[in-house]
Amino acid sequence: METAPKPGSDVPPKKDKLQTKRKKPREWKNPESQRSLSGAQDPFPGPAPVPVEVVQKFCRIDKSRKLPRSKAKTRSRLEVAEAEEEETSIKAARSELLLAEEPGFLEGEDGEDTAKICQADIVEAVDIASAAKHFDLNLRQFGPYRLNYSRTGRHLAFGGRRGHVAALDWVTKKLMCEINVMEAVRDIRFLHSEALLAVAQNRWLHIYDNQGIELHCIRRCDRVTRLEFLPFHFLLATASETGFLTYLDVSVGKIVAALNARAGRLDVMSQNPYNAVIHLGHSNGTVSLWSPAMKEPLAKILCHRGGVRAVAVDSTGTYMATSGLDHQLKIFDLRGTYQPLSTRTLPHGAGHLAFSQRGLLVAGMGDVVNIWAGQGKASPPSLEQPYLTHRLSGPVHGLQFCPFEDVLGVGHSGGITSMLVPGAGEPNFDGLESNPYRSRKQRQEWEVKALLEKVPAELICLDPRALAEVDVISLEQGKKERIERLGYDPEAKAPFQPKPKQKGRSSTASLVKRKRKVMDEEHRDKVRQSLQQQQQQQKEAKAKSTGARPSALDRFVR
Amino acid sequence: MTANRLAESLLALSQQEELVDLPKDYLLSGSEDEGDNDGEREHQKLLEAISSLDGKNRRKLAERSEASLKVSEFNVSSEGSGEKLVLADLLEPVKTSSSLATVKKQLNRVKSKKTVELPLNKEEIERARTPLEQEIFNLLHKNKQPVADPLLTPVEKASLQAMSLEEAKMRRAELQRARALQSYYEAKARREKKIKSKKYHKVVKKGKAKKALKEFEQLRKVNPAAALEELEKIEKARMMERMSLKHQNSGKWAKSKAIMAKYDLEARQAMQEQLAKNKELTQKLQVASESEEEEGGTEEKVEELLVPDVVNEVQMNADGPNPWMLRSCTSDTKEAATQEDPEQLPEPEAHEVSESEGEDRPVAEEEILLREFEERRSLRKRSELSQDAEPAGSQETKDSSSQEVLSELRVLSQKLKENDQSRKQKASSEGTIPQVQREEPATEEEEPLLLQRPERVQTLEELEELGKEECFQNKELPRPVLEGQQSERTPNNRPDAPKEKKKKEQMIDLQNLLTTQSPSVKSLAVPTIEELEDEEERNQRQMIKEAFAGDDVIRDFLKEKREAVEASKPKDVDLTLPGWGEWGGVGLKPSAKKRRRFLIKAPEGPPRKDKNLPNVIINEKRNIHTAAHQVRVLPYPFTHHWQFERTIQTPIGSTWNTQRAFQKLTTPKVVTKPGHIINPIKAEDVGYRSSSRSDLSVIQRNPKRITTRHKKQLKKSSVD
Repeated sequence: METAPKPGSDVPPKKDKLQTKRKKPREWKNPESQRSLSGAQDPFPGPAPVPVEVVQKFCRIDKSRKLPRSKAKTRSRLEVAEAEEEETSIKAARSELLLAEEPGFLEGEDGEDTAKICQADIVEAVDIASAAKHFDLNLRQFGPYRLNYSRTGRHLAFGGRRGHVAALDWVTKKLMCEINVMEAVRDIRFLHSEALLAVAQNRWLHIYDNQGIELHCIRRCDRVTRLEFLPFHFLLATASETGFLTYLDVSVGKIVAALNARAGRLDVMSQNPYNAVIHLGHSNGTVSLWSPAMKEPLAKILCHRGGVRAVAVDSTGTYMATSGLDHQLKIFDLRGTYQPLSTRTLPHGAGHLAFSQRGLLVAGMGDVVNIWAGQGKASPPSLEQPYLTHRLSGPVHGLQFCPFEDVLGVGHSGGITSMLVPGAGEPNFDGLESNPYRSRKQRQEWEVKALLEKVPAELICLDPRALAEVDVISLEQGKKERIERLGYDPEAKAPFQPKPKQKGRSSTASLVKRKRKVMDEEHRDKVRQSLQQQQQQQKEAKAKSTGARPSALDRFVR
Repeated sequence: MTANRLAESLLALSQQEELVDLPKDYLLSGSEDEGDNDGEREHQKLLEAISSLDGKNRRKLAERSEASLKVSEFNVSSEGSGEKLVLADLLEPVKTSSSLATVKKQLNRVKSKKTVELPLNKEEIERARTPLEQEIFNLLHKNKQPVADPLLTPVEKASLQAMSLEEAKMRRAELQRARALQSYYEAKARREKKIKSKKYHKVVKKGKAKKALKEFEQLRKVNPAAALEELEKIEKARMMERMSLKHQNSGKWAKSKAIMAKYDLEARQAMQEQLAKNKELTQKLQVASESEEEEGGTEEKVEELLVPDVVNEVQMNADGPNPWMLRSCTSDTKEAATQEDPEQLPEPEAHEVSESEGEDRPVAEEEILLREFEERRSLRKRSELSQDAEPAGSQETKDSSSQEVLSELRVLSQKLKENDQSRKQKASSEGTIPQVQREEPATEEEEPLLLQRPERVQTLEELEELGKEECFQNKELPRPVLEGQQSERTPNNRPDAPKEKKKKEQMIDLQNLLTTQSPSVKSLAVPTIEELEDEEERNQRQMIKEAFAGDDVIRDFLKEKREAVEASKPKDVDLTLPGWGEWGGVGLKPSAKKRRRFLIKAPEGPPRKDKNLPNVIINEKRNIHTAAHQVRVLPYPFTHHWQFERTIQTPIGSTWNTQRAFQKLTTPKVVTKPGHIINPIKAEDVGYRSSSRSDLSVIQRNPKRITTRHKKQLKKSSVD
């Protein structure tokens, strides 16, 4: 299963009635006789063709693995499954037509570097509505700011280190609440909706509503430094100074798991939106991957020679960007290999990193933010040339791209800056999932649905598709137990028993002869197979040996 | 030569004559031997002459009073002349002829000349050449055995001298008496033993025990040392008893008592007594660890800690009272034990000779090393003794000397271990031998040795590890002192390099991974340097952090990974029972064969996912929570889980599908319309005629009717 929906893969609901199906004898129709009332012939008969690559995008059956030979019944089942998959993926591909919006982009004139284009130029070029999305909030009084956009991208919450907490509808600039918690604020995060706000304060974790009223003070989460919210699991993950990673289920208010990372103070955290795994950066240069189901990290990756300063994972869960004290910025492949794809040394090292929905990478270095872009959507950002740069009035303290908008929010010591980054956000939103224009009623509706579809916390694992696999160990165990219980293997192939024949052909000698025939045939099969295997191995060995030319000195190799 | 022989024979003749003469002249004084030296006799004569001076018993001159039958040269006596008669004089002509003078001179010269004596000269024998001879001489010397063979050995001589006749007589009498007493005693004991009364025996035993206890108490007051000895004896007896498995309730008597105990109070008491006795006997004693050198105090203890185990073992072997241990020790160590007397040090030269020889026999080398150590230990003891003699002062020198000894010990143990290693390596491969040899000169120097810890010795496995992880070898150096050594070692490892390279080809070099110089970003906007004050402070901190960053991150990570890999490996099950079928105990291990036989090897698990990823540790533990949600039974038509997985890979939820597709995927098999009447299901609808079993029951009851009904049904169906 996948916890994250493919943004844009879905379509707004259609008012299709549930059609009752009745098996009607299918009438065979001559295509030539299919004529409209006007008598004109359809110039494009049949369904519209769909591009294969788009269909491929929705196919999920892994056909690379060759199946063992199966019975006819099984084969028919498999065929049905494959046909279903094809049909659904074609339908999905066809519905891509409905994703009308296109992502923004920024193109320099030939030879012009896009990084030289400053915000003022962009603001000048874009329409008024978009230009309004670029703004600066001068809040010099309450120190560097952390900020967070809600999941719909409509609301913005920010908290200054000196206790200033505010939430607003940043598009309309309508303030929801503004309070001072009279305590240091380390991090701030929206919960599943914009109505709830988690603030990591100096001692404890507090939860406020959109009026600024304190709803909860969670004392079990103390000295929290970073917050992450897993929307499909309704889990609030907190990393604390004491070295604990705590998962709080916000739907029932229970702490699901408190894991000791055993790596000292935790202040680098990010989530993988694809599989809801939490990435923690440590001072010994490693990044550890956590799930509430396991007491130990799922994986540990040695990324830097110094401590890790920032971690970010892109929305598809394929790439992870890390920056360390060794001034390096690395992009890792998370698809099983965990190897760095590209590495760059930055003059000052990046203190903050963030990925946009479309895979743009932003790094905050001192009072400068650099943005890198990749070639396409699913490619890692190329670190050769920055896509955009911007200088702020103070050192960066928090970074986040706004979902479904080409906007990057930067919290710094001088306040909040919302800057335009063309091509950052996903242009087509899923109206059922996260609708920026939803009404209060719609939000409530959605909340109920989301709660009903809440994913249990223990299902978080590195490969979410593993849930669609059979638990082989238990399967084998069950088989063994069954054999033990019955005293024989019911699935074992029965030994060949010759059929009794008449007219004296069922003599003992002929029975034995027939039996032997079958046995010999089986034996021949086996021999043939082993021969084939040997040949293959030899071929492989040959191919290997021809790969590297033998040297005269090879004879001395022991 | 002939002349020589002649002279000799003549000499012998003259001596014979002397023997004949003697009884006539002197009173033999029993004890006196044939007076072999003339001086004594002359002295006697002088005394006689002096005594005769006063005239009382004047010595009469010997004169011939009676006529002899024959006057011959054989009857000549020299009495009175005061001169010894020499045959040569008789043979001599009265006048010396000049012609014989030369011959005589020649003879004399021959006589005076030293000839080689037939039994070889002592010094000739003493000069031992081969080490074996030397060893033999050593042994002979120690036991005061004669090297040549004289009539009596020195020991015999001594005993002869020690005992007189009277003494011998007395001793014999004593022995006779003792023997008689013993026989009486034995007879008595036999008689007593034959007494069948158990009560009597019990009483006697108790009395004896009481008496012994009393005596012991007395002895303790009078002579504590002897008491201690006695105690040891008692202890030994107890051990014997413990070993003999008496009082185990397994004897005939005990069994009978056990049966009777239920009814008989006395039997019960007896049994309890025996049990108590058994408990008392089988109780394990807390043996205080005997440290040989107690006077050393804390310093000594520290030494003990630092001294390698090999050394202590030998000490224990030499002194320990356990005969088993003694037997297991080689004869060499026994010899060493005898050598403990500091005066009887063997010559170091001899050992050096054997050392040079023993290079091809590692075992001998080891023993030599042990002996060397033994020597040094005794040396140390002596020095300590001397230091004890001077009570105050020279603490520092003592320290230094002990330090020296320590270092020597370490060198020795080092050598021992290296020998061991080299032997191992010889067995496995010859590639690493030069490396070990290279190490040796370094161990010869004592200063670095003192700085280093004993753990510096590398085992073979570690060496292999080093080879494997050559890429970060420089990082792995524990101490800068060793760097030179290390650099020496690396070229030595070259011959093994190709193999490792092959291994490494699959691996991604972690060092390279992290240290590759990446191109730096040419950013248009360089972050401003001047920042707020607290920012500056933070920068300072960060600078320090950066300075210390990356010093041992890689090594730590690799260590962690190794541990994780070890932990995830399936463990072997060892079912050996130590002491089962063979001797067991502290320091005894079950034999290798047995261990091999009872070791159940865990099956090799699948290869780790991070096998070729040096910078990653992937947790291989099974996630039970996730597994609880997975399918664990294959549904019917599928025979392999891959087949089934393929059918459930497409999601059916509306989140991942268009509305149409979702509806199609989730349509129920049977759809009903609201408001329609649904008739109850009939057998005919499903395709069955009727239940066969009910038919059967009916048939049994009334076969005729049912047949008619059947017929009807059949007709009906045919009509339909």
